[in-house]
Amino acid sequence: MIQHLTSLPILLPMLAAVILLLPPCGKSLRIRRIASSIMAVITFIVSALLLIQVYNSGINVYAIGNWSAPFGIVLVADMLSTLLVALTSFLGMGVVLYGCAGDDAKGNFFHPLVHFLILGVNGAFLTGDLFNVFVFFEVLLIASYSLLMHAGDKQNTRAALQYVILNLVGSSVFLIGLGILYGVLGTLNIADMTQKVALLTGDDVYLAKAGGLLLLVVFALKAALLPLHLWLPNTYASAKPVVAALFAIMTKVGVYAMLRVYTVIFGEQAGELEHMAQSWLWGLAIATIVVGAIGVMAAQDLRKLTANLVVVSVGTLVALIALQNVTATAALLYYLVHSTLVSAALFLLADLIATQRGKVGDRLVAGRAVNQPYLLGACFVIAALTVVGMPPLSGFVGKVWILKTTLNSEQALLFWPVYLIASFVLLVALSRAGTSMFWERKGNKVESAEGENAHPLQVMIIVGLLACSPLLVVFGGPISEYMVSAATQLHDISGGINAVMQGGK
Amino acid sequence: MELLYASCVGVLISCGVFLLLRARTFPVVLGLTMISYAVNLFLFSAGRLTINKAVVLGTGAEYADPLPQALVLTAIVIGFAMTAFVVILAIRGRADLGSDHVDGQIIKSAADSKEQR
Repeated sequence: MIQHLTSLPILLPMLAAVILLLPPCGKSLRIRRIASSIMAVITFIVSALLLIQVYNSGINVYAIGNWSAPFGIVLVADMLSTLLVALTSFLGMGVVLYGCAGDDAKGNFFHPLVHFLILGVNGAFLTGDLFNVFVFFEVLLIASYSLLMHAGDKQNTRAALQYVILNLVGSSVFLIGLGILYGVLGTLNIADMTQKVALLTGDDVYLAKAGGLLLLVVFALKAALLPLHLWLPNTYASAKPVVAALFAIMTKVGVYAMLRVYTVIFGEQAGELEHMAQSWLWGLAIATIVVGAIGVMAAQDLRKLTANLVVVSVGTLVALIALQNVTATAALLYYLVHSTLVSAALFLLADLIATQRGKVGDRLVAGRAVNQPYLLGACFVIAALTVVGMPPLSGFVGKVWILKTTLNSEQALLFWPVYLIASFVLLVALSRAGTSMFWERKGNKVESAEGENAHPLQVMIIVGLLACSPLLVVFGGPISEYMVSAATQLHDISGGINAVMQGGK
Repeated sequence: MELLYASCVGVLISCGVFLLLRARTFPVVLGLTMISYAVNLFLFSAGRLTINKAVVLGTGAEYADPLPQALVLTAIVIGFAMTAFVVILAIRGRADLGSDHVDGQIIKSAADSKEQR
């Protein structure tokens, strides 16, 4: 059993989704909720076990069907991928439980689709083969297309149509990039590619460069990097907030793929193609932060504001990828975990605020007072402080770490002012949002209907997600040690190649 | 053969891009289909174009690279599913939005837009 642990974060959600489609669960909402929650919790526990196992015993390579590495397909569980798998399963668990409070009754297939999405994301994190990254991308995308339509209206259809078409074009570009790389390198196994990139000569170098940069286009689209980010605010703002909260992990899949391709395959050992995407990533990341901050300032409602916060966080993450060193990657991992959890919490919070304010919804204008001002207000303040990076919460630690890693690089002159001004803009925008939602009231509290209070389960999930932020600070020592060793493992390219090539036998 | 093959891929891609830019759902779906055909052909050629080489059969004989064929097969299956999805979504979009424009803009007459104000 223990040697099959690596495959379980992929198999369990698949099993869960299938079970949820079959008769006893398919008919009754109550049974479906119970089964879905149980499976989500089991998936999270297994992912956490895998994390612990990989932490103790090093890279875990699982050869599917016992075909060894360059020929067969392998799953590679290193510290980076297991961390992200555990994060995904945790978020998935939160979203499933939150959905049980009522959001899942608005459409038929909420629970199976959530599990399919978790399957896709976990698979993309765990696979050691670039073509399988494509396959799992498609799995998670088709689940996300359908989830986007969950309980949808007209606005939703339009956003979904644009999102689907954009991603289908992205998939085609992905395949062309893969085709070029396969034609040049003769393999799509990430470890094997890493070995072969260094041996390229002559015209093949340029072909590989073209293929690699085509992949950059795709990953930039998935991660919502600057010229390709325009779909994100619309899509995330029109999805149900509980779905948008789950989507918070999806941009991180793009970031992860960039990390694998441009830090490992085209990393230090790539000969002529060493760090080939660095200059592109750096410029685009800075521009993404700027545009995201402007978007936050211009947002008319809380969901769009949060969606733009996701754009800012992607810009920050990609800037750290561009630095291509161990400390930057470690800071990136810390910031990634923090930003995923807090943006998910903000999306869910937007949902509660919108339902309690009646017609005004989550638009940032004066409206009816919320029913539970102290609870929601406190949650909002904590979420806002975290996301802006004020002490003493995890955003602050992440920010200090990011600023410290960039301090010694020559790019600091550009990065520091942009990042700090963007944080200030975020602070202003979020305070304005909080003020207009909680303090500016029309009418008095009496008119608000009874029984509109948030479901205790919903509150529990939001508080749980927000509680991760202080926990990330309290356990900052061990967590940052973990991040540093995960980053070291990622940058230890020859170690990774050896593990994959020999471990799969 | 190479020239013919390459021009086929090129023509399919350019037609696809042209149709995508029409920004109406039906041409867009056609364009996506064309692009995915072009991509499949391209992937197939990534294993080098060869004549008179069998697929993998036992040992010894010269054989064509089997991996691109597996990749193409996967890509075709995924492409079919995605096309089916986008067709259904386009139909729903047409019904919901009253327009087949990708942006969902209804071309209003002047009277309509006055009424809305």
